Amino acid sequence: MELTRFVTIGQYLPRTSPVHRLDPRTKILLVTGLMIVLFFVPAFAGFGLFAAFLLGLFVLGEIPLGYALRGLRPVVFLLALTIVLNTFFAGGASGAELFRLGPLIATAGGLRTGLFVSLRLILLVAATSLLTFTTSPVELTDGLEQLLRPFRRLGMPAHELAMMMTISLRFIPTLLEETEKIMKAQMARGAEFGRGSILHRARALVPVLVPLMISAFRRSEELALAMEARCYHGGEGRTRMNELRWRRADVMAFVLAAAASALFVRIR
Amino acid sequence: MREPLIDVEDLRYTYHPDTPQAVRALDGLSFSIRPGEYVGIVGGNGSGKSTLAKHLNALLVPTAGRVRVAGLDTRDRDATWTIRRRVGMIFQNPDNQLVATVVEEDVAFGPENLGLPAAVIRERVEEALAAVGMTEFRRREPHLLSGGQKQRVAIAGILAMRPDCIVLDEATTMLDPEGRAEVLGTVKALNQRDGITVILISHAMEDLEDADRILALDAGRIVLDGPTAEVFDQIEGVPGGRLDAPPMAKLARWLREDGLPLPKGLYTVEQLADALETVLGPGTRRDV
Amino acid sequence: MPEPLIECRDVTYTYLRGTPREAVALRGVTLQISTGEAVGIIGPSGSGKSTLIQHLNGLLRPTSGTVRIAGEDLWAPRTDRRRARQRVGLVFQFPEYQLFEETVRRDVAYGPRNLGLPEDEINERVDQALHAVSLDPARFGDRSPFTLSGGEMRRAALAGVLAMRPQVLVLDEPTAGLDPRGKHEVLERVKALHHQGLTVVLVTHSMDEAARLAQRIVVLDAGRVMVDGSPHEIFAREEDLQRIGLGLPQPTRLVRLLRRRGIHVGDALTLADARKTILEAARAAPVRRERDGTH
Repeated sequence: MELTRFVTIGQYLPRTSPVHRLDPRTKILLVTGLMIVLFFVPAFAGFGLFAAFLLGLFVLGEIPLGYALRGLRPVVFLLALTIVLNTFFAGGASGAELFRLGPLIATAGGLRTGLFVSLRLILLVAATSLLTFTTSPVELTDGLEQLLRPFRRLGMPAHELAMMMTISLRFIPTLLEETEKIMKAQMARGAEFGRGSILHRARALVPVLVPLMISAFRRSEELALAMEARCYHGGEGRTRMNELRWRRADVMAFVLAAAASALFVRIR
Repeated sequence: MREPLIDVEDLRYTYHPDTPQAVRALDGLSFSIRPGEYVGIVGGNGSGKSTLAKHLNALLVPTAGRVRVAGLDTRDRDATWTIRRRVGMIFQNPDNQLVATVVEEDVAFGPENLGLPAAVIRERVEEALAAVGMTEFRRREPHLLSGGQKQRVAIAGILAMRPDCIVLDEATTMLDPEGRAEVLGTVKALNQRDGITVILISHAMEDLEDADRILALDAGRIVLDGPTAEVFDQIEGVPGGRLDAPPMAKLARWLREDGLPLPKGLYTVEQLADALETVLGPGTRRDV
Repeated sequence: MPEPLIECRDVTYTYLRGTPREAVALRGVTLQISTGEAVGIIGPSGSGKSTLIQHLNGLLRPTSGTVRIAGEDLWAPRTDRRRARQRVGLVFQFPEYQLFEETVRRDVAYGPRNLGLPEDEINERVDQALHAVSLDPARFGDRSPFTLSGGEMRRAALAGVLAMRPQVLVLDEPTAGLDPRGKHEVLERVKALHHQGLTVVLVTHSMDEAARLAQRIVVLDAGRVMVDGSPHEIFAREEDLQRIGLGLPQPTRLVRLLRRRGIHVGDALTLADARKTILEAARAAPVRRERDGTH
């Protein structure tokens, strides 16, 4: 039972690769852009190129591929469901019949759609994880804060949102470790998790969730105090050590991504 | 004599005043701390030492009495940020005081709040990490560090604000012996090398051996205030019994009670060994 | 020879296998613990102490090697590991963080209730467990565990494990973070439980604590057993201990230092030992002085 083992989404891998060194705003905008492009890719060939492009970026970003693949684990069920549902229901009248399962008819067209949608999902997740693997949460939030800054006049609490995100990300590993510890402690007192009816399982979690919540409250109180002690008083008058500045690499990244995107949506 | 850095006058503090849950945590404390001192504050659970710590940088303000930091009254709201910059605080749980997900970005948090220019922040972060010996960990994630390393990062985060004084509120309590030694060594160097005033709060007497002076607290009052060796000798006589002398001070007292002519003020193995050698060792033979 | 209560044979364990953060925590640990022993496990941070004790009640499965409880292989297909967890009571570091019920009684009853015991037996066990940790059930039973002092919370959590009626009590740093009085109370309770026949395994950073409680000490270093023997045997290997960053207990260091300076004192593990042997040396000293004078 090692909870941190399974959660790789949102886990930054500190490296000094060219991808890591890009301005976080560039990476946020590009990944968002690429995700939109994904919905306009018409053919499998486009996905193939897209995947190759991402793979190149993973290699360039020095991300171990096995580690990155593990990040897909939480969506495996969703993928399977997508393929199955589409195979049986998305074929419509088109496509040849593959096999029957009672009243359900699996069609080649449906399977094709299922695979297509699943691929898109996989690539969406992969693109997002490229962003989180190569961008420290602090950079990520800095980037978001800066990108959202123009909307501040419309009442958008850009700094507060960014701070909340940073703190959440900082404490995810800590709370996971703590969850694991509490679960083990309760197992030492005879608790069993993941057995019995749903109601039973939910009840079994109470001895984990109560201590976890108490601890989370205590942590947040202490953290607030520590932040105040370090002169934190909101975003007003605050400066940053790493000021964001566009560089030539960022411009190149935009050009490259634009060219690649044009190819993805054209190729048949 | 130099003006005190911290001046506490008849400090009283009550949690939830005017309610049935009112708890008087501090009950009339007075003391002052000069620049460059290394002061230990010791007390058991519920002695009020953490409440006192929070008064030293205006995280709490007195119910009655007065706390002044470099002449500034902690009740003066305009002075709050100056006071917090000058008196930095390290807390007990190393996990709950690091904000950022990368070490150097966490160290930058304080100076960023002060609104310093980026170049200055960078310089200070480097300096602070070097001062606590954590430079090679600058790009690490805090949650992968040991407890002692986390506390050193927290200390660097305070140093980057260039404080006059660091208050460590039970900052060694949750650490293992190696972590404690790391933190105590770092703090001692900051005091001796850089002249930073240190206030170290702990319930473990052995943590306080580096201090020049110790204040002992019990039930919200100061029960002892004096040079370290003297306090160690007197601590067991303090009513309440929550405080324990360091092992060697205790052994020295026992042996004195047994009739050995040992002097007072012994609290390390080396001190006691030297004293015992003069009392009963081969060295005495030459005198006979 | 009777069968050991706990037996680890060549246990290895690797954390986060197959990730960039993979780390080997245990490298072939072989260890036997017999009924009625009090064993101290000491070692620097990262030596594998906490990992090892999680193997003793089947919370972790060895990457290779076997763990047997009373002869039964914990990871054999038909072993009931819940029973192993009942027999080997594990008290984690800062165990008060696992308290969750509204009252102390109900929290202590959590373990026995998981065992499916009848209500009157649960009540009896809760009373007994609370007494065993010096918390009067009448006074503390109906209080919320979160209103207790640090030391009391720690002891309430300890009672929660004792109510399972384990044969072995395994404690990970039971005094960490407590003030001197809290420390003393917890150690005294553990000592008393051992005198009543409970087998105790104590993980600690403190040589002084290990010397006070254990008749046998196992030193772990980098996932291996470095030495396993009586406190005297362990402390005789001063240099090895220093190399891995463990110091001797202060009383032991004092008497060693005195001996090196030519004062004839015996060995000492505790302050009381040191007092005794120093006093004996003091009484002998004048005699020795006279004899020296005749030379």
